[in-house]
Amino acid sequence: MIELEMQKVNLGYDRHAVMEDINLKVSPGEMVGLIGPNGSGKSTIIKALCHIVRPRSGKITIDGRDIARIPRKELARMVGVVPQLPLLPSTFTAAEIVLMGRNPHLGLFQSESRRDREMVQQAMEKTGTLPLADRYVNELSGGEIQCLLIARVLVQETKAILLDEPTANLDIGRQVEILDLIRRLCTENRLAVLAAIHDLNLAAQYCDRLLLIDERHIHAQGTPAEVITEKNMKEVYGAETCVYTHPVNGLPAVLLGAHRSRPDSSNNQTAE
Amino acid sequence: MSSRAQPAMIMEPSRRARIYSLIGLAVLLLLAIIIATGVGSVSISFPTTFSILADRLPFVEITPTWPDNIAAIIVDVRLPRVILAGLVGAALAVAGATYQGLFRNPLADPYLIGVAQGASLGAVIGFLLPVGWHIAGFGLIPLLAFAGALLATVTVYLLARVGKTLPVTTLILAGVALSALLSSIVSYLIISAGNKMHGIIFWLMGSFSQSQWSEIEIVLPYVAAGTAVIIIFARLLNVMQLDEEQAQQLGVNVERLKIILLAAATLVTAASVAFVGTIGFVGIIIPHAVRIIWGADHRFLLPLAVLTGATFMIFTDLIARTVMAPAEIPIGVITAICGAPFFLYLLRRRKKAIF
Repeated sequence: MIELEMQKVNLGYDRHAVMEDINLKVSPGEMVGLIGPNGSGKSTIIKALCHIVRPRSGKITIDGRDIARIPRKELARMVGVVPQLPLLPSTFTAAEIVLMGRNPHLGLFQSESRRDREMVQQAMEKTGTLPLADRYVNELSGGEIQCLLIARVLVQETKAILLDEPTANLDIGRQVEILDLIRRLCTENRLAVLAAIHDLNLAAQYCDRLLLIDERHIHAQGTPAEVITEKNMKEVYGAETCVYTHPVNGLPAVLLGAHRSRPDSSNNQTAE
Repeated sequence: MSSRAQPAMIMEPSRRARIYSLIGLAVLLLLAIIIATGVGSVSISFPTTFSILADRLPFVEITPTWPDNIAAIIVDVRLPRVILAGLVGAALAVAGATYQGLFRNPLADPYLIGVAQGASLGAVIGFLLPVGWHIAGFGLIPLLAFAGALLATVTVYLLARVGKTLPVTTLILAGVALSALLSSIVSYLIISAGNKMHGIIFWLMGSFSQSQWSEIEIVLPYVAAGTAVIIIFARLLNVMQLDEEQAQQLGVNVERLKIILLAAATLVTAASVAFVGTIGFVGIIIPHAVRIIWGADHRFLLPLAVLTGATFMIFTDLIARTVMAPAEIPIGVITAICGAPFFLYLLRRRKKAIF
């Protein structure tokens, strides 16, 4: 079991600060959602937690150890990442891409074993990607690639998973399917999960806690009900919203307060 | 979908096909060596060539049925040339495949980051120097070519380095720019070279006419060690095809891998180029041909490229020294004349993305 933690972390690229004074913690068995406007630094936090972006100051620890001192390969056995829709090399099949998730477990002179291939098969079954196994990845849709990357992070067998917009390209059926799967794995295997999720309703439904990010800072954090409030939405997104309570599970749900109640709006076919 | 029927065996069939291809290509390479050593101004039959070559293997004793001078032609004159051609072909193909994989760029070849122009400048300086030094039995030209190749690559590397990282695009651009600079110096030196111009141009286009066993003794360790290192890292090169961030997230120490593979591929290329000149086309086209036929998995791509490159170079050198005999055509001319149509044919009949 692994705990992810950031203490007084500043992040940025060159002279451009992205995030300041970030304190966060993701515990085993907990699914934490990162929400916030475009460009607020959600991806940067995820990249920092897998040591792609180095902190300018502060301390990032994985399982209590300083991330900078963990060798790359060992880190990849602790923390798995589902990146935001990357370009994949068109010359590999879907199964080969998933098989690459076994890399951190293989020695330099080792080849994937039958067991590795069986794990690939199971992960592809769970994510509904098995029928795609022999297809070349340039033939796949964005949603199919998303599911493939989730299969890959499953075979990586890490105790922590970072997801950058895992549902961005999925239809609502697949969104629920994939988040159900992640939520179940998180609880059953006591995984520490941090997911940047654009969709506030999905974030509220699936995450134990939410971090609302704005203007280089964590604006609010806590349970979905504490974070998703009309006041916070107005402050961070500048959008008029109505926050309701979900009729089935009692979690907050957001509706946009679009101004379409003008009398002539019925004639306006091209309204957004 | 067939993958549902036999899901446990995903990827296995193509794997087996590629192993058979490896064995088949190894046999083809041996045949190429025997055929190429038999053909020349004195024609020697295939069985005789085979017997003479077999006789040289350890633990094999064959009662000679051939005159000594025939054995001498085979073993001392033709065999070193054939072996050197094979070595250089293998080296350029494996280095080309490595650069293409590392840079994720189909236009990459072994000469992309300055090796060829550095070697050319070194060699041209060697031609122009009024002294005829020999160091350890070798002329100045291979030494200067080797030094020039390494010096140019190290310069490109240092220019492209940003802090602790080596951005691939910067590396390519620095390589192209430095190559252009060195190339213009080489051009200037050639036009002011007077009667040495012909020799320089022949060197630049490549030739195996000076091949000796002593050269093989020098080239072989570089090519063998470099190729072995590259093949060891083949699986990581596959992971690198994703992109550098994903490779890191999957546990690859990307910066270290880049340096190891660049060093190995550069040494392999520099050692080859130093003795035979800057032979073009092989390093860019052989890896692509192999990729089209057998796929992009570097664990097969690299060894298949070694065998294909060696065989291709042996046959093209055979053509270079026989079609206009006793005159020789520079091998760089033949590689493209023979290789390009075949490659274009492969390109036309491909059914899937090749890069």
